[in-house]
Amino acid sequence: MNAKSAVVKDRRHPLKAARGLGSAKYGVGHWWTQRVTAAALVGLGIWFVILVLGLLHADYASARAAVAKPWNALLLIAFVLTVFWHAVLGLQVVVEDYVHTRWKEVVLLVAIKFLAVLGALAGVLAVLRIALTP
Amino acid sequence: MADMQRPLSPHIQVYRWQVQMVSSILHRATGIALSVGSLVVVGGLLVLAAGEEQFDCFRTCAGSPLGLVLLFGWSWSLFYHLCNGIRHLLQDAGAGYEIVQFVRSSWLSVAGSIVLTVLLWAYVLMAGGAA
Repeated sequence: MNAKSAVVKDRRHPLKAARGLGSAKYGVGHWWTQRVTAAALVGLGIWFVILVLGLLHADYASARAAVAKPWNALLLIAFVLTVFWHAVLGLQVVVEDYVHTRWKEVVLLVAIKFLAVLGALAGVLAVLRIALTP
Repeated sequence: MADMQRPLSPHIQVYRWQVQMVSSILHRATGIALSVGSLVVVGGLLVLAAGEEQFDCFRTCAGSPLGLVLLFGWSWSLFYHLCNGIRHLLQDAGAGYEIVQFVRSSWLSVAGSIVLTVLLWAYVLMAGGAA
């Protein structure tokens, strides 16, 4: 191995070494956010089930009053936001795994995001209306 | 990009059914079901904000036979996704990767979700039925 061949090797474009050596996208962020929202939903999900069970035979006024309680309103908003965030991340992976036509994949991914944002906003708005109107 | 005609992996038909595979498929299936269910939760909040009439209508639908079947399915989906989700979080932390542990925890997710669902609906029945 002489000095000349070492020089020639170094002439490879840096991109050549980087290509194929891992993602240039958002894989790690996606993975972490999915786990963090999952951990939050362990607590929030159990709390939500207990809340609904407590309202099993509640009439309209008492159901409304329960949702209007500050802690319940706060946790419900947190629950709705976290649920839709987690759902978008999960459904994204499912679509990416099973929809193999690029334009269908993109349309589905965008549609899921639109629907989730609308759902989250509607849920937050509903809780705020209940909590803020006497 | 994958519009080309080439074989896709995995070839499910060549595998013998085993519980790890069932728990994985169920996690995705229940995740999709729960995504739809979250829209119903938002619907419930919206009718609660809208007024008593709409709320009673929602409640009648939820208490109908079809509504109860769906609620039962969603409750099991929630508990399964919860149990198996905790299992996945523990595995992400590096625990339970031996094959024996993997099989055992798969069964634990399935069994745990069934037990929790039964307990939930037993409570509902004891409290005088749903809706």
